[in-house]
Amino acid sequence: MKPERVLDLVWLALLAATAVTWGLGASGWVGRAGLAGVALVFALAWAKGLAVLLEFMELRHAPPAWRWGLAGALTAIVALIVLAYALA
Amino acid sequence: MTPAHPAPSRPASRLPGDLFIWYVILLEGATFAVLFVAFAFTRLRHRALFTASQQQLDLSAGALNTALLLTASWCVARAVLAVRRGTRGAGLAWLAAGMAGGAGFVALKLKEYADKALEGIGLSTNLFFDFYFILTGFHLLHVLAGLLALGLVGIGLLRQPRGVLQGHALETAAVFWHLVDLLWLVLFPLVYVMGRA
Repeated sequence: MKPERVLDLVWLALLAATAVTWGLGASGWVGRAGLAGVALVFALAWAKGLAVLLEFMELRHAPPAWRWGLAGALTAIVALIVLAYALA
Repeated sequence: MTPAHPAPSRPASRLPGDLFIWYVILLEGATFAVLFVAFAFTRLRHRALFTASQQQLDLSAGALNTALLLTASWCVARAVLAVRRGTRGAGLAWLAAGMAGGAGFVALKLKEYADKALEGIGLSTNLFFDFYFILTGFHLLHVLAGLLALGLVGIGLLRQPRGVLQGHALETAAVFWHLVDLLWLVLFPLVYVMGRA
């Protein structure tokens, strides 16, 4: 697939994930679902962030230390946020 | 004359742009990570205040700003590919579209701040809004810095002699721009979405 098409598809998927996140918040489901709501919203944020790192920032084609280091850092930050909600 | 390559030429396994920008990204990412985690753990002690305050934010404006930044990032990524293919005009058009998305984000954010000011909400309203203005204000400064960098890179592209199209500066600014997008992708659910009921 042409790299332009990959970017186009990633962009559309990111917009769709944003619409889902908005819907989860606007419907009040996030507030009612407890930790499951937190986990789903931040799983979506993590997936979106990973797509930006790998495709827009081109870490998919970068040396593995940078790719795994930054993907790992994003994962750790999101996990810490979810942990804070789990402790509440 | 600018040559049109059949495919973008990018050596396998390399970081786009200048190595220095990646160290900036590590530093900026770490700074925002501390703020995000501090927000989440501070909320533990002030759940009722955070939830009530979060419900005063405009969720739809936050979501629209997410869409604007994602679109701006996509446009800038397309600009990088266009310049790699040697098509200056397309590269500049994608870059301008990306900057328009960023400008839209700034305008909507300023409107949000103005609305909050009209409601009597400011920096010293409560602990949640301290975090809100610090996080979003610091992020907004990064958006402005990114717009400036993209604008300068665009002028640089215009000034390059015909037949030679160097995309290194554009790649460097683009990486920073995507970081600004990435930070918002965590900020949006953390500050706007959670606490909705």
